[in-house]
This record gives sequence, structure tokens and C-alpha cells, in this order.
Amino acid sequence: MPILIYALRRALQAVPVIILIMIGAFLLLKLAPGDTVDALVGDMGGADAQFIARLRAEYGLDQPIWVQLWRYMIKFLQFDFGWSFVYEQPVSVVLMERIGTTLMLMAASLFFAFTFGVGLGAIAARKAYSTTDNVISTLGLVFYATPSFFLSLMMIVVFSVKLGWLPVGGIKTVAGFYTGWKHVWDVALHLVMPTAALSLIYLAFYLRLMRASVLEVAELDYVRTARAKGAGEARLMFHHIMRNALLPVITLLGLQFSTLLGGSVVVESVFSLPGLGSLAYQSVVQRDLNTLMGIIFMSSVVVVAVNFLTDLLYARLDSRIELA
Amino acid sequence: MNISTGRFGPLLAGAMAAFAVTAAAVDADAQEPKRGGTAIIQMKGEQRILNPALRASTGVYYITGKIVEPLIDKSYDGYEPVLATEWSSSEDGLEITFKLREGVKWHDGEDFTCDDVSFTAMNMWKELLNYSTTLQQNLEAVDCPDPHTAVFKYSKPMPMDLMLAAMPDLGHPMPAHLYEGTDILKNEHNTAPVGTGPFKFVEYQRGQYVIAERNDDYWRGEEYPYLDRIVWRFITDSSAAAAALEAGEVHESGFIGVSMADVERLSEDDRFDVGTKGYENNVAHSTVEFNHRNPILADLKVRQAIYHALDIDAAIETIMRGYAKPGRGPVPSTGGANYTDDVPTYPFDIEKAKAMLDEAGYPAGDDGVRFKLRHRPAPWGEYTQLWAEFYAQSLKKVGIDVEILTNDAPGFLTGVYRDHDFDTANGWHQFRADPAVSTMVWLRSGSPNGTPWTNQFGWQSDEVDAMIDAAASELDPEKRAEMYHELQRISMAELPVIFAIEHPFISVTSKKLINHHNTPRWNSSSWYDLWLDQ
Repeated sequence: MPILIYALRRALQAVPVIILIMIGAFLLLKLAPGDTVDALVGDMGGADAQFIARLRAEYGLDQPIWVQLWRYMIKFLQFDFGWSFVYEQPVSVVLMERIGTTLMLMAASLFFAFTFGVGLGAIAARKAYSTTDNVISTLGLVFYATPSFFLSLMMIVVFSVKLGWLPVGGIKTVAGFYTGWKHVWDVALHLVMPTAALSLIYLAFYLRLMRASVLEVAELDYVRTARAKGAGEARLMFHHIMRNALLPVITLLGLQFSTLLGGSVVVESVFSLPGLGSLAYQSVVQRDLNTLMGIIFMSSVVVVAVNFLTDLLYARLDSRIELA
Repeated sequence: MNISTGRFGPLLAGAMAAFAVTAAAVDADAQEPKRGGTAIIQMKGEQRILNPALRASTGVYYITGKIVEPLIDKSYDGYEPVLATEWSSSEDGLEITFKLREGVKWHDGEDFTCDDVSFTAMNMWKELLNYSTTLQQNLEAVDCPDPHTAVFKYSKPMPMDLMLAAMPDLGHPMPAHLYEGTDILKNEHNTAPVGTGPFKFVEYQRGQYVIAERNDDYWRGEEYPYLDRIVWRFITDSSAAAAALEAGEVHESGFIGVSMADVERLSEDDRFDVGTKGYENNVAHSTVEFNHRNPILADLKVRQAIYHALDIDAAIETIMRGYAKPGRGPVPSTGGANYTDDVPTYPFDIEKAKAMLDEAGYPAGDDGVRFKLRHRPAPWGEYTQLWAEFYAQSLKKVGIDVEILTNDAPGFLTGVYRDHDFDTANGWHQFRADPAVSTMVWLRSGSPNGTPWTNQFGWQSDEVDAMIDAAASELDPEKRAEMYHELQRISMAELPVIFAIEHPFISVTSKKLINHHNTPRWNSSSWYDLWLDQ
């Protein structure tokens, strides 16, 4: 199985990369002024000197940085991500609690954005410079230019405050205690606005890229040949043009999938969604090193995996590309 | 993120009248309380620890106050017995005795006894609880002559009024049987508290919500509490919080959880009560802090000129929308007998400020600038950020160029309190119960480098240090108050720090909630009498 050997080689290559990322990130984070004890004490509204010294010793923050790094890496190599002093839980538990929400939100948004972006982009390109194209392109520009916090807040004002159709935020109705399909429906309702807010911006990317790409491919010689041998417009579009035009869009999808675990800080905080984006942001502000390192680790694994999948997808779409 | 308790005497009524701006008092007697319902509370931040004996912070009490009860609480009429029914002090101040309430059970069914008090006091209050470690540093032992009497023994006299003032916040017993023999800091009950209060802890989803439900065996009697359930939702975005209030998804937003623009807007909406009532204990000062290592700022004339250059009333109107008053030194006006307004003041006067700066030897240069200051603003939200900008603009008018160095919380705390890398800074600090365990740390020298909210300003006075130490163990309340009045006067004359503005917090509360904000530390209290009219 050449593909398995290929996968194994890629995985082995990734190990030193990830270790380097972890060491680099650790040292970089240590450069920020203050540590998690400063942040915790700031949250508490102050504490006395003995208390602070005790906390610092408890967390091992009184040790030199090299000792701290050594201890962290030893644990890390055993897949122990340590304890979050901010959340008072193991980092793995903190991450697992958040990852579901982020995956759900990002997968829904990317799916929505990709499908509609590619579709609208293709239509716009086929009817280039017509009214349809103008309307679609203008909409894309508007979505692209609207900051997501503004879009989110305006949706809340219209759909929650004025109309009362959708909940303001959160992932479910807290005191509802719904089960079964009622729970699914409840969660879906809560995700409508965040998904819309996030995907409209991604949608604009895909739309513009797809339109440009289709326009370019449609001019190529093999399309003219296909048309000359009598291929219908639909077959021409789906079989010949779209398949090739998708390559740059797939590249972008791959790149954006890599940021998937990062989530969106803005959308998550406006809609009070407990995702990884806001967790990463909070961890920086709180100097919660262990949690942040956990997020960085997961993200680097995802980047490596997605790059691999993107390569596979390339080979499938364009058989001239070989895995090597 | 802050805590405090104030002390109340006859001044209370006056202070309340001054603070209560639009909060409508609901006459609870006129209505028959209804049982049932879920109150939903918005919180801006999350402390992530739910043990009030490990973390002294309003962000903790806001949740745990309903689940874990203190020995003593505070009402508008004075101290109110909760888990302690009586208290007394020996003549020499070395022994303080609490009679404990009988027949109280922890939520897991065990009896509440003196063992719990003794264990918590020795292992948490004295060792691990921020601020309490200073308060209880001379605590030698807590004896239990019988299961319902706790005797606190001190090696130095402990003033009874200091102890009482501190107890509502720093006096929460925790169940000894769940903590004994464990690593206290990592005990699972720190995030799943077991208490004696009117509500039992159910669930804590980090970043989302906390749920507590009615305790059917509450010691105050079967009719209490009125609510079935309380849910705290963490909504960090202040605009989203305002939207949640308007959409009826949230009943209460405390500690200024929405932006000041929304506070003003919602105060005109007749679905909400907006005001500062119930926060008399949670008064904070917006400060200007000086680095006296800078020779320019070491000159008293310069500091006084800066005070004269600040239009405090304008700041109160524009930044705090009137929900504040000018500061008068380290004790706020809600500080009870320890407060005095007989202190030197520095009314807004630009010309006088300019003249004083000339006199001090800092004339304006050709570009109109006398000297430059590097200023660190604390990132504690809307007030502190705007107050920093207001300060910089005010000083520009008298020829002082202020460069604002924006930083996040750890950056601010280390920059100011550890590295002393600033000329001036502004922050916000709460008055906690009694000057001895709160604002005196601003004046007392000798705090180790890196202790936040302490005198790291390079300012030192032997006279002040001696007076602070004497006041902390003075048993006669009158003499003690006299000492604090003197300290206030010195602080206003010498200006080691400017306590520019005192402000309580603000709540936006749905009118469906009845009996809200009826104690001076309401958001931290147990809410056993709160009910929902729906």
C-alpha cells in the first residue's frame, strides 16, 4: 500500500516539527510579561505577598525557565498535558470540553460557506458581467467587508431582541433540560446565528476565488476542444471546468481547515459559545501556559493532518499530480 | 474581580441616598411571595473556583453566596447572624468566641459543627485565602469546647470590629469532612461546593453556566428559598449581555456587566431597575498612582498640581454617568465610623495647577510641554480605560505630556508593582471591609516587590507605618476611628496616591425579580428571600 507508506513517512516527518513548535512556543510565551499567578491575583482583586509566593511555589513557577521547560517536555512526551491552574482541571479535560462546540460550529460554517461559495462563484462566472454576476459579486464584497462582530450584533438585535425568534447566545437553553430531538433542535437554534455570522465571511472568500478560477479555466484550450467535440454546457461546466477550477479553492479550504481549531474569538465571545478560540484568547490573557500549549499541540497536529489530506485530494482531482 | 465589605453606622442612610440614583425600591411587603421559578444571572467573567474560603472575590461570592454561608452576614441594620448566632471578645482582645447555629446540616447530610470552623480557619483562612492570610496571621488556634462553640485564639489583640467587618467575606466555613486529609488546593469540591445555604450546587460547565437548585432542608424553614433554581450564565461580551437582558433571557446583570451606554439606555426602560443600591459594601476607588522614584513626581507640589488639573466632577458625569462621587482618601464614604470628610481637597483649577508647576520649577517649554510622563492604565474595563484617557487629556491642558502604555492584566501588574516601570498609573481598587485589611496596603511601606495593589510607589513615611500598625490592633473602636481619620488627612495632604473617585458597582435587574438588592452586599448574599414574579 504505497499510500500507507506515504502516510507513515509524513507522520514521522511531523514529529520533530511538532516538538520544535512546542519548545519554540513555550519560550515565546515565557517572554510575555507576568505569569499565571499575576493573572489569577488580578482576577481575585489582589492578595498578600505570602499568598502569592506560596501559589508560585505550588505551580513550580519559582523555578528557572529551563527547568520548567524540561519538566514540561518530559510530561509532554508521555502525552500528559499537565494541569490548568486557571481552570483547576487537567488540560486534556479543559480541551475536550471545548472541542465539540468548536468543531460543530466550524464544520457547519465551512460546509455552508464552501457549498454556497463554490455554487455562487460558478454561477457568477458563467454569467460574467451580467446583472446576476453584479448582484452576487456585490453581496460577496459586502460580506467580505463587514466585520463579524458587527454582523453578529446586528443579527442579535434583529432576530433576538426585536423579533424574538432566536436565542441571544450560549449553546443550549440552560434551564431547559431538554433531551432527545428537542435537545438537538435547541442546539441547532442556538447555532443558527453564529454559523451564519462566521460562514458569510468565509463564503465571500470562496465565492471570489471560485469566480476568478472558473473564468480562467473557461478560457483554456481543452475547454474549447471539449466544446468543439460537442459537450453540452452542463457537462462542460461540471465535468471539465469545475473540477479544475476547484484546485485553488481546495488549497484555501485546506488552509482554513487548519485554523478550524482556532475557532473565532469574536463570534464565540459575542454568542457566548465555549469554544477553543475564546479559550486560546483567555489562556493568553491568563498566561495559562499549559492550556495554551495543549491548544498549540492540537492545532499543529491538525495542520499536519490537513496538509496530508489536501495532498491526497489534489491527487484525486488532478491525476497528473502524484504522491511522492 | 474584586471584593469588599464596608462598615456601616449612621452614615449609611446618607451614603445610600447619595448613591441610589435610579434604583427603584420594591415594597416587598405589599405582595405575597410566589414559590418557584428559575432566576437567570449574567456574569461577565468567571473565577473558575467555587470555594469562598480559598478565593476572596465578589466573582466567587456572586455564585457561592447562595450555596455556602458565612458565619455572619451584613444587612442594612447591622451584622446579621447566619451560621454564628452570637459573638464576643475577651477583654484583652486575644480570644474571640462564636456560638454556632445548631441543627444546621451540610448539603450532603452531615452536621455543621465547630470542627468545620476550626479546620477551615486554620487551614484555609490562615494559610490559603487571599487577604485573610494577613487578617489571620496571628491566629494561633481555634478551640472547640463543645460542638457549637468556636474560640479563636490570637497571639496579638484582634479588634472585634475588624473581625466582624471581615467575616461576611472572609468567614465562610467549609465542610471539614470533605477536605481533611486531601490536597486542599486540588480538592474536587473547590469547583463543586458543598455548603449549608439555601441552594445546592448542581453543575458547572466552564465558559457556559453554573446551576444551583433549591435546598429543601434549609435551616431557615420550609418556605425558604422561594426560587427553585438559579442559573449563572457567562456572557463576556457586554453588548450581548444587554441584548440578553432585553430579550428576557437574563434577569440580573451585576458588577457593571453591560456597557455604560447600555446602563444609561436601560435605566430609561421600565422593565428594569438600574442602580447602585445593594453595592454599598462594594465601593472601589479609581486612582492615580505615582512613581515617587521619578524626581519630578517626588515633588509634592507637582502631585498637588496634577490633582488640581483633574476635573473630577466632569469625569464622574461623562465616564461613570453620575454613578460615583469624588474620593476623599483611602476610606470611602461608606466606610462607617472610620470615614471622615474633614480632609484637605484639591478643587479643579487649571490656572492654579499651572502656577504650582511653574513654582515647582517646571516652566512650559517652547512647545508648551513642561515634562513627559509614561502612564500605565489598568485593563479593568470601561472605567479604568476611559479614566486613563481623561487623565492624559487633563494633564495636556496644563502642559504635561502623557504617553499611555496599554497593557493586559499581567503586563500591568508586573509593570507597575514588580518592575516599577512607569511614571504614573491608574487602576481601581476595592475597599475591603475595613481599612486594616484593604486600603492601608497603599500607604504601608515594606511590601515585597511584585505584590499587586500595594505601596510599590517608592513612598515611605515612618509616622504612617507606625500609625497603621497601631490601628490594626487597637481595641477601642473610637480611638481606632480617630487613627484612620488622621491617616486619611495625611494621605490627602501628602498624596502618595490620589484616590480620585469612589464608585460602587451597578446592577441592571429585571423587575420580575422581587426583593432584590435589599442588603449592602446583595450580589454576594444568599438570596433566600428572592422571588420571581411571573
